[in-house]
Amino acid sequence: MDVDGGSTSSDSTRVRSIPIRSGQCKAFLSQFKQQSLPACKPVLTPAWVIAIHLLLGFVFIPIGLVTLHASRGVLEIVDRYDADCVPEEFKGNKVSYIKDTSVPKNCTRILKVHKYMKAPIYIYYQLDNYYQNHRRYVKSRSDQQLLHGLKYNDTSSCKPEESNNGLPIVPCGLIAWSLFNDTYTFIHGTAELRVNRKNIAWKSDRDHKFGKHVYPFNFQNGTLIGGGKLDPNIPLGDQEDLIVWMRTSALPSFRKIYGRIEEDLEADDVIVVHLMNNYNTYSFGGKKKLVISTSSWLGGRNDFLGVAYIFVGSSAVILSLVFLLLHVKNPR
Amino acid sequence: MAGGRRKQRFSRIHAFSCGKASFKGDHSLIGGPGFSRVIYCNDPESFEAGVHNYDSNYVRTTKYTLATFFPKSLFEQFRRVANFYFLICAILSFTPLSPYTAVSNVVPLVVVIGATMGKELIEDWRRKRQDIEMNNRKVKVHSADGVFHHTKWMDLKVGDIVKVEKDEFFPADLILLSSSYEEAVCYVETMNLDGETNLKLKQALDATSNLHEDSSFRDFRTLIRCEDPNANLYSFIGNMELGEQQYPLSPQQLLLRDSKLRNTDYIYGVVIFTGHDTKVMQNSMAPPSKRSKIERRTDKIIYFLFFILVLMSFIGSIFFGIATREDLDNGRMKRWYLRPDNTTVYYDPKRAPAAAVLHFLTALMLYSYLIPISLYVSIEIVKVLQSIFINQDLNMYYEEADKPARARTSNLNEELGQVDTILSDKTGTLTCNSMEFIKCSVAGTSYGRGVTEVERAMAKRKGSPLPQEEIEEEAHVEEQTEQKPSIKGFNFVDERITNGHWVNEPRADVIHKFLRLLAICHTAIPEIDEESGRVTYEAESPDEAAFVIAARELGFEFYERTQTSISLHELDPVAGRTVKRNYQLLHIIEFSSSRKRMSVIVRNEEGKLLLLCKGADSVMFERLAKDGREFEEQTKEHINEYADAGLRTLVLAYRELDEEEYSEFNREFTEAKNSVSSDREEMIEEVAAKTERDLILLGATAVEDKLQNGVPECIDKLAQAGIKIWVLTGDKMETAINIGFACSLLRQGMKQVTISSETPENKALQKMEDKDAAAAASKASVLRQISEGKELLTASSESPEALALIIDGNSLAYALHDDVKDKFLELAVGCASVICCRSSPKQKALVTRLVKTKTGNTTLAIGDGANDVGMLQEADIGVGISGVEGMQAVMSSDFAIAQFRYLERLLLVHGHWCYRRISSMICYFFYKNIAFGFTLFFYEAYASFSGQPAYNDWFLSLYNVFFTSLPVIALGVFDQDVSARFCLKFPLLYQEGVQNVLFSWLRIFGWAFNGVLSATLIFFFSISAMEHQAFNKGGKVAGLEILGATMYTCVVWVVNCQMALSISYFTYIQHLFIWGGIVFWYIFLMAYGAIDPNISTTAYKVFIEACAPAASYWLITFFVLISSLLPYFTYSAIQMRFFPLYHQMIQWIRSDGQTEDPEYCHMVRQRSLRPTTVGYTARFSKRERR
Repeated sequence: MDVDGGSTSSDSTRVRSIPIRSGQCKAFLSQFKQQSLPACKPVLTPAWVIAIHLLLGFVFIPIGLVTLHASRGVLEIVDRYDADCVPEEFKGNKVSYIKDTSVPKNCTRILKVHKYMKAPIYIYYQLDNYYQNHRRYVKSRSDQQLLHGLKYNDTSSCKPEESNNGLPIVPCGLIAWSLFNDTYTFIHGTAELRVNRKNIAWKSDRDHKFGKHVYPFNFQNGTLIGGGKLDPNIPLGDQEDLIVWMRTSALPSFRKIYGRIEEDLEADDVIVVHLMNNYNTYSFGGKKKLVISTSSWLGGRNDFLGVAYIFVGSSAVILSLVFLLLHVKNPR
Repeated sequence: MAGGRRKQRFSRIHAFSCGKASFKGDHSLIGGPGFSRVIYCNDPESFEAGVHNYDSNYVRTTKYTLATFFPKSLFEQFRRVANFYFLICAILSFTPLSPYTAVSNVVPLVVVIGATMGKELIEDWRRKRQDIEMNNRKVKVHSADGVFHHTKWMDLKVGDIVKVEKDEFFPADLILLSSSYEEAVCYVETMNLDGETNLKLKQALDATSNLHEDSSFRDFRTLIRCEDPNANLYSFIGNMELGEQQYPLSPQQLLLRDSKLRNTDYIYGVVIFTGHDTKVMQNSMAPPSKRSKIERRTDKIIYFLFFILVLMSFIGSIFFGIATREDLDNGRMKRWYLRPDNTTVYYDPKRAPAAAVLHFLTALMLYSYLIPISLYVSIEIVKVLQSIFINQDLNMYYEEADKPARARTSNLNEELGQVDTILSDKTGTLTCNSMEFIKCSVAGTSYGRGVTEVERAMAKRKGSPLPQEEIEEEAHVEEQTEQKPSIKGFNFVDERITNGHWVNEPRADVIHKFLRLLAICHTAIPEIDEESGRVTYEAESPDEAAFVIAARELGFEFYERTQTSISLHELDPVAGRTVKRNYQLLHIIEFSSSRKRMSVIVRNEEGKLLLLCKGADSVMFERLAKDGREFEEQTKEHINEYADAGLRTLVLAYRELDEEEYSEFNREFTEAKNSVSSDREEMIEEVAAKTERDLILLGATAVEDKLQNGVPECIDKLAQAGIKIWVLTGDKMETAINIGFACSLLRQGMKQVTISSETPENKALQKMEDKDAAAAASKASVLRQISEGKELLTASSESPEALALIIDGNSLAYALHDDVKDKFLELAVGCASVICCRSSPKQKALVTRLVKTKTGNTTLAIGDGANDVGMLQEADIGVGISGVEGMQAVMSSDFAIAQFRYLERLLLVHGHWCYRRISSMICYFFYKNIAFGFTLFFYEAYASFSGQPAYNDWFLSLYNVFFTSLPVIALGVFDQDVSARFCLKFPLLYQEGVQNVLFSWLRIFGWAFNGVLSATLIFFFSISAMEHQAFNKGGKVAGLEILGATMYTCVVWVVNCQMALSISYFTYIQHLFIWGGIVFWYIFLMAYGAIDPNISTTAYKVFIEACAPAASYWLITFFVLISSLLPYFTYSAIQMRFFPLYHQMIQWIRSDGQTEDPEYCHMVRQRSLRPTTVGYTARFSKRERR
């Protein structure tokens, strides 16, 4: 696009002919007032249009390829277990199964590794149709209490989980109350795979949002038990699965990190997962999935970005060709 | 005025006497309702005066006082629907309904309202300062015992005696008691009131005229009863009780506040109206507030957005209601994590309808980001800055008079770009209103060789401009100007007359009388410059000044006027030298529009009584004596010639009176003058008419009404721009037509449709006895003429011949009747040019209203005089010429320019720019708010419509105020599609505004669609790219806060870059604001994220810790940015290349460097939307075609 600073020269010389002597500032001011500041006036000429489209194509397609490559490099094993882990006799009434505390909840899944997975391998649980972003849910927490514990006693925002039997609940609110409590153990061959559950939460959360000396209190003591329980002897700042859970998800279908496997898995390895299917997603028809994934520089596996880059890039190239064709066929 | 006191009692001889006037007519009303004011003069502290308790003289012109500022200006603010809505939102945000924190919602509202109120405050403070200055002016007031003290104006009380000295303003409405003159007269300049620059004479009652000393007021007591305060400047009724006697008071004794004492050393007066009771304050009405079309359409768009908002909220609450109801299914909780069993009304499944209704309110608040909160305040800021540009434009600065253009209201800037019809006054607007004495006809011989502009134009028009002659002419003019400095108002060249050569002419006696008449018969006042001894004149009208100047230049120098005499230095033809002559001035019978003539009666040194008369030809010829018609034929011929040349003519005649006749006249005339009844004017007229007869013709004068500089060029440009130009003038038809030719509004070969009441049959009609029948017949005749004109119009619609409509005032009166006006308008709109002559101020306003309301197009009225005020106020835009004729028109205008030719730049450059800027700014505002609002809405669909915003509260609230507001203001202030030079080179560009191309509904909805598209792409690309999988290398997933921050980043980038794409003019300022807005967002994000998590909540370290280190954040931003802009970019590239708008064509030309290729430019010009029919370009093209 052409830079046309000179076209205003006729105006600006006239402007300068009036007595303005001292300094650039005045010259600027007068140009400003006469609306003749030097300016760039881009015009969308066909050459520019074609060039820009082509340029976009040539930038986008490589980026897309690289992104796609990174995404494809990530290995991911997804296993939906919420339906299969319900015993046959409860298939018709899954809700009563999950609510019945007498029924054992353990379940075994077998995962097959197709390709070599390099450590660290991340373990996620994925919930679908779970509105963690519901306004009532999102608001039902007390950041002050999480940081200061019982010292902070205005927990009205936590309703209806702010107190029980007249005593405040720490951590209060619906989010904490509905803490995810399925657990997984991984057996590789004969040995148990070590799952590192440290450092899975954001550091800022651990350090600044959850108190180092705040201990769970009066938690899950109500008549209605929501989700998981917390060890009252570990401060909130160290309860990383709580911290991860408390960062509400953006969308009704989400993954949350469970832990890390810090050893490589070879292709064709078989992993046996012993899990406790405690969490109730049956009431609202949600799904539960276990995800084991490596990560690349870009994060997890999602081809969307790469494909989209390539798509938009190639569209730009095609557009430029069409435009060129039209331009040549219809001379002005 | 030398100011000496004359022994002769002025009142005895001057036209107005104040002696024993009887109480006639209106004076009987005094004391009744409406006439109840009682003033105890010189005794304001007395008990009786205290009873009445009239207002103080403190004047307040401010809109607010300290106490009322807050409530009143807040009220003003919240009268706007959008602001009121935001107020409701702000109040609701303190309830649990609110989707965001209250503070974050209130802050932007406070910022916006605060900015607007700040603007109000500054404006009002300026007025306040003026008030303070005015109220603290000092005047001498009688305190006691004949001592006068300086007192502040505001401390004046009704009944005070004040002494006002020369060149001071009157502090209140006063009754004149006495002056430095024996006759108790004084001169007053009323420029501030009616814009007239001439001096007016006032005279006190005889009874009080002897109070010449301060001490005479020691025991002066009187009682005045008069009318209540009212706005009528020219009437006043009251009486004064002095002792036992009662004296009537008239406007002749009334001195109005804000007028100025001139040529008089001092006066004494008594205060009768103070402060807001004064006539000038009663007159100061708020001018009608005008709103531009764009603004009105903007309101509609706001309503449309409200509709969308309600619709979205409604849909949302239905879905929310359903989802909420299903949470509890026969006592079994579905979404148990929401605890639907133990909830509040907002989420209660058992009361789902109530929850849905309450949610509706929440949604209304959440989607409030669809309504651009800062739109109005941004528009106001932009318009103020645009006005500054107009005021500062050097190309509209008139150096000679030191007058820049002035935008008096800023809310019509963009309307300047949409003008369809210009209604122009002639005198002082198209013409300079500086008259030049150029020709005269004396004793049947025409003198004066000057060539007028019109004659030159006519010569050109006839296609026979003898080039040699012209050059000679010019050379001659130059020669002449070299010889002596040109004298303003005098352009008379004829060696037979100048330098005293006239004595050698055959009829020197007539010439002598002719020149003497010019020197005596007028109301001008001479002012002698003490250094050079040159005499200058202050006259009521410029043609009068031209006469006196002409007389001076030809040897009859008028140098002194007293109340009773006129003194001349005149050339004695017999002695051949200059002698002083003194003429005793007996009566002045003033000019009035109905009389169309003025006369003076003087007694010369020989004791002869002379009646000198000058007037319009139509009234003068019939008043000639049988033996006074010696030169009638030749003179008439000359007058027609002069009128053809566009000159103003007057006929001069005189008559000798004998003593008897005079004394008879004197008696009757004095009586008529002294009467106070309503038919006083007619009585005076009648008496005067009796004497002004049997005149002897001397000759005729011709004064050129000079066209202003550059008027033809300007009109041509405006015509090329497709603007229709109507001329509404009070002049007679011939002059108007001539001016029409001179400025190319008319041309040869144009069919002229003339609708006139001066046809022979109409004249016959007017003589009919029955007035009603005559009126009906005249109307029928006008109607017939209109129908004939329309037939011509339909006939000419096939041929390229253009029509011109010329209509005179009488016919116009009929044409404006309700049943005729549609037909008239149809005809007028079809004609290329329309000239209304002999039209009254009211008719001007009516024509303006007719065009404005019936065609619905934007009208611009331009004028300079008090007679144009109605028209200026009626039109969509009123432009006042700050010329010679005072300030009245300027005061009631929306824009003031010094010269007509600046209209070209005002419309074609500033108008076009402002229109473009404001319309793209508003479109862009809607775009950015829709783009933002819809991402919120889409997110709701993924959050079960629960009302959870996708973004942090402060991101939400600062969107309109910080991250996106400055670029849009920069767009509104600086954007230029094409430079000023090209605006003027391709006037047709202006049609974009007239046809409203840039703010059509299609375009507005186009932008709205673009907004929805951007929102869709941003939202779905973002969520698709961030769903499920880990977001960074460390395996962390993106939660609500990261998705929110990423999406918000995308929105900020997209809307700012969209701005960069859609503007065509980048200065540093645009760069600063656009890229600065984006950089500011990142800075904000970091700063906000760095503060305590209690405040920043979800934004805590979101950028530093999560977004910035993650490659996907940047890749997503880049991808979303480009792919959201690509549709618009491709669209505009295709439009630019294959369907360019007019301004885009010009951009093409510029970028191709073809601006110097005349053929190419011509081609672009030819792509006209409407053929040019007037102006000299049209004239040329017509000639080519022939």
